[in-house]
Amino acid sequence: MLWACLCRSAGPCPADAAGESRPWVGSAARELLAAWAYRYSSQVGIGYDDAVVLEIEASLRLFGPWPAFERRLRADLEALGIACRIAVAPNPRAAWVLAGVHDGLAIVHEARLETALSRIPVAHARLEPKQAQALQAMGLRRLGQLFAAPRDALGKRFGPALLQHLDRLRGAPEALQAYAPPDRFDLRFELEWDVDGTQPLLFPLRRLVNALAAFLAGRDGGVQRFVLRLEHDGHPDTEVVVGMLAAERDPALLFELARSRLERLGDGARRAVPAPVRGLRLVADELPPFVPAAPALFEARPAQSLPWPALRERLRARLGGEAVYRLAAHDDHRPERAWRRVDAAAAPTRRAPPATPAAPRPAWLLHQPVPLRSRGFATLAGPERIESGWWDGGDLRRDYYLVETGEGQRAWVFRPTGDADAPPMLHGWFA
Amino acid sequence: MAAQVLSLDAMLAERRLWRGQPVARPRNANPTGHAALDALLPEGGWPEAALTELLCAADGLGELRLVLPTLARLTQAAQPVALVAPPYLPFPDGWRQAGVDLAHLHVVEAAPRDALWAAEQCLRAGCLGAVLAWPRAADDRALRRLQVAADGGRTPGFVFRALREAANPSPAALRIAVEGGTPPRLRVLKCRGGNPPARALPVPALAPAAG
Repeated sequence: MLWACLCRSAGPCPADAAGESRPWVGSAARELLAAWAYRYSSQVGIGYDDAVVLEIEASLRLFGPWPAFERRLRADLEALGIACRIAVAPNPRAAWVLAGVHDGLAIVHEARLETALSRIPVAHARLEPKQAQALQAMGLRRLGQLFAAPRDALGKRFGPALLQHLDRLRGAPEALQAYAPPDRFDLRFELEWDVDGTQPLLFPLRRLVNALAAFLAGRDGGVQRFVLRLEHDGHPDTEVVVGMLAAERDPALLFELARSRLERLGDGARRAVPAPVRGLRLVADELPPFVPAAPALFEARPAQSLPWPALRERLRARLGGEAVYRLAAHDDHRPERAWRRVDAAAAPTRRAPPATPAAPRPAWLLHQPVPLRSRGFATLAGPERIESGWWDGGDLRRDYYLVETGEGQRAWVFRPTGDADAPPMLHGWFA
Repeated sequence: MAAQVLSLDAMLAERRLWRGQPVARPRNANPTGHAALDALLPEGGWPEAALTELLCAADGLGELRLVLPTLARLTQAAQPVALVAPPYLPFPDGWRQAGVDLAHLHVVEAAPRDALWAAEQCLRAGCLGAVLAWPRAADDRALRRLQVAADGGRTPGFVFRALREAANPSPAALRIAVEGGTPPRLRVLKCRGGNPPARALPVPALAPAAG
């Protein structure tokens, strides 16, 4: 077993000294780290209060060797906005202690572990502060001196906890609290000052969405609907719901959808954000399994092409959920009922479509028939009688004709059956 | 200078003169499905990865009939096609009679101010076989955006506008006017890669299946 420790402790962390922004603090950061680390290892330990350890020996086959794996971890951490020190050791506790002092140290062999641990100052050896002080006062400044000190005497003075710690550092078995990914995602971003308008919210939004995407990738899932809560001071929260037709987890796509919803909130109704925003919170309850679309092996389309589901979501985000749909023929003689809207994401039905009528049908159908206005027309075909619907209240009796107007347009018109003098009603265009 | 008269036939026979062969035109991957129209167009079909403008004097003159064979071919090959802001309801029976597979025909409803945006997104995405758009108000600059998007997404786009727009300049690679009359006629106003042919063409009649 080989363990890597990702540590963002209050110890000597260079990123902190440089004043780097740390958007995630406290347990939220650890949760996020663990959720993200879960994609690289099945054993993620969260027992240490400021760090996350993960078993990497099994993962090295896929992501290794270690330098490549480490680069990958660091690139991910940078994208998440978390500064971490990383150390590797044959047991989790040693990795934790090493990460408290070193960054990028990897010790693979047990033999070298003891030497490396011996050099760790007692003050940074993750001991209880009181004990560490007492040990230093006794002149024991390095872990090596502790290892060499008589065991019985140490046990008598400092209790079994210290001995256990020292044993575990050198490979005694330890039961770690393992991370189990939760079934819901809830992350809050505290803004440093009140924010008015949606534009300044985009940066924290990107952070939140990246965290969500990392979480989703870790549990190999997708998200179908999530809620953005804008927290105000002395006002109820504003909720922005982002829904999709299919589960997604691509951070760029999620961000763009959330952004367009957020921007619509800004300009749609005046002052839709009632008060300055204090904090931003992202809650996702619906986390269905994610089924990635398998693209064809030899895709003729350009590389930067956006797949149709992503394009559809983009269109729906701006135009409204009902704006994109398909049509299907419906088995009814009445033109008004001979079609159905099909939900954009619905799977194609296996049912055979109804037979097409023998008589020609126009490509365009007017939603409402209007009187045909034309200087004279010639009848090309018809009449075709459509008489149906006496049982469901949508009763109609019409004679349909295909006519050509003086301008050369082909129109589909009807007259009520038995009324040859009635003005022809235009119902469609043979465009 | 001693001028020597040589027989052309003799030179050809001696292989001293090489006769250029008429180069077979590369087959266009996007034929219109109307042989007479293909023959008229310099590319032998719709311009690929570019905008085509169809300027119609009125509805129902056969403007859709020009593109329906193309849409039928694309949708039957499972390539999605988007109709952006169509003026009427696409009547499923009519489109099926023309051979269009409705499973791959997507309708995008958009308010006039969003129609150009939606058309541009569809063209730029590059995942659609063709994009048909009916923008209510489109100026030269808006069309240029569409043309650039069609080029970037390698997607043929068809924009339907009123005939009176023929007087305005357009960046479209192909402009076809559909004029009223019995029968309606179509005229190529502009085509990339050649001079627009002078003669007009009768609009193809309704498909045999339809009448």
